[in-house]
Amino acid sequence: METRDTVFIALFAAIMAALAVFPPITLPLIGVPITAQSLGVMLAGGVLGARRGALALVLFLVLVAIGLPLLAGGRGGFAVFLGPTGGYLVGWVVAAYAIGLMTEIFWHRLTHVTAFAISAVGGIVLLYAIGIPWSAVVAKVPLWTAIGWSTPFIPGDLVKCAIAAVVMVAVKRSYPIITPRGAASTTR
Amino acid sequence: MLGEGYVAGTSPLHRARPLWKLLGLIVLCTMLFVGPAWPALALGGAAVAAGFALARLPPIHAARALRPLAWILALLFAVQLWLSGWALAAFAVLRFAVLILAATLVTLTTRSSEFVDGILALLAPAPAWVPKARIALAISLALRFLPMVRDMLEQIRQAQAARGLERNLIALSVPLLLRALKSADDISAAIYARSFDEAD
Repeated sequence: METRDTVFIALFAAIMAALAVFPPITLPLIGVPITAQSLGVMLAGGVLGARRGALALVLFLVLVAIGLPLLAGGRGGFAVFLGPTGGYLVGWVVAAYAIGLMTEIFWHRLTHVTAFAISAVGGIVLLYAIGIPWSAVVAKVPLWTAIGWSTPFIPGDLVKCAIAAVVMVAVKRSYPIITPRGAASTTR
Repeated sequence: MLGEGYVAGTSPLHRARPLWKLLGLIVLCTMLFVGPAWPALALGGAAVAAGFALARLPPIHAARALRPLAWILALLFAVQLWLSGWALAAFAVLRFAVLILAATLVTLTTRSSEFVDGILALLAPAPAWVPKARIALAISLALRFLPMVRDMLEQIRQAQAARGLERNLIALSVPLLLRALKSADDISAAIYARSFDEAD
């Protein structure tokens, strides 16, 4: 870790905040508005790698916790962690780390297909595996009810995985900053 | 700086140290989740109401904090009503309301900058393996970058609007990321040039 990594972490925390003001897309037929912020989670891992991506999310959540209105819809403060969906916010850190780790491992074989799979495993499967039991416990509802609450978001999340895959490959081609796993150098 | 949840005031709650307010919040949460159900809820609700009165915050702030969660609380109420009846449904929703209002009270009475100062003060006696200088740098850089990245995004959005692409997430996020990564390299070069010492 060096100063450059610190700057990347701080900058990506700010990008997460900027994604909250991206125009929300409402999917036809389903009607659930999807915001770009969970796209930022996938990109944090897929662009910065495991360690820097997870730390960028930690920093972003610290800024949210101290009261800055950085979540989509202008939400912020400690209250967001105590609500029924707090587990997803904590899961963001884990998801960014996992996506970053997989991106580092598959760096030389990163195509739209592998990048989509990486985003889906980390940003949907793993994230929901943390968020769903969390909301079931804090809201005292059975697991299947909590699963039912989250299914309307899956189509939107798949769209975001596709967007994340295109962006990850584009950034890899034009401004790569990830060091693949197993490469000789540990810094940079 | 940015718009934040803070409402100016001079009450004892506004003047209390952020650390004490956070500890109070943690105690309240623990009590609500492990204490005897209804007495703990009544005590917590009374404490939060007293806090709002003490800080002289009108009830409109409480309503504003709960509004974004209204639909999810309504859904929770319906599910609990169906699963386990009136008492538990009311309890589950009220407990969330008290938790959220308690956390909102901390946010309403504390400036973000006080929290940053508090975090840095807590870090001062931390052991040597904690990268204090880097944490301080990351927080202050992020606060500076928030308006900068927002401006970058606005410029890119206008540029893409000229091409009819202002709602295309790929056309917005690729240039945003590339510009941000490039400026991160410029900024770290500037930090090196000013001899920022990594090791404290």
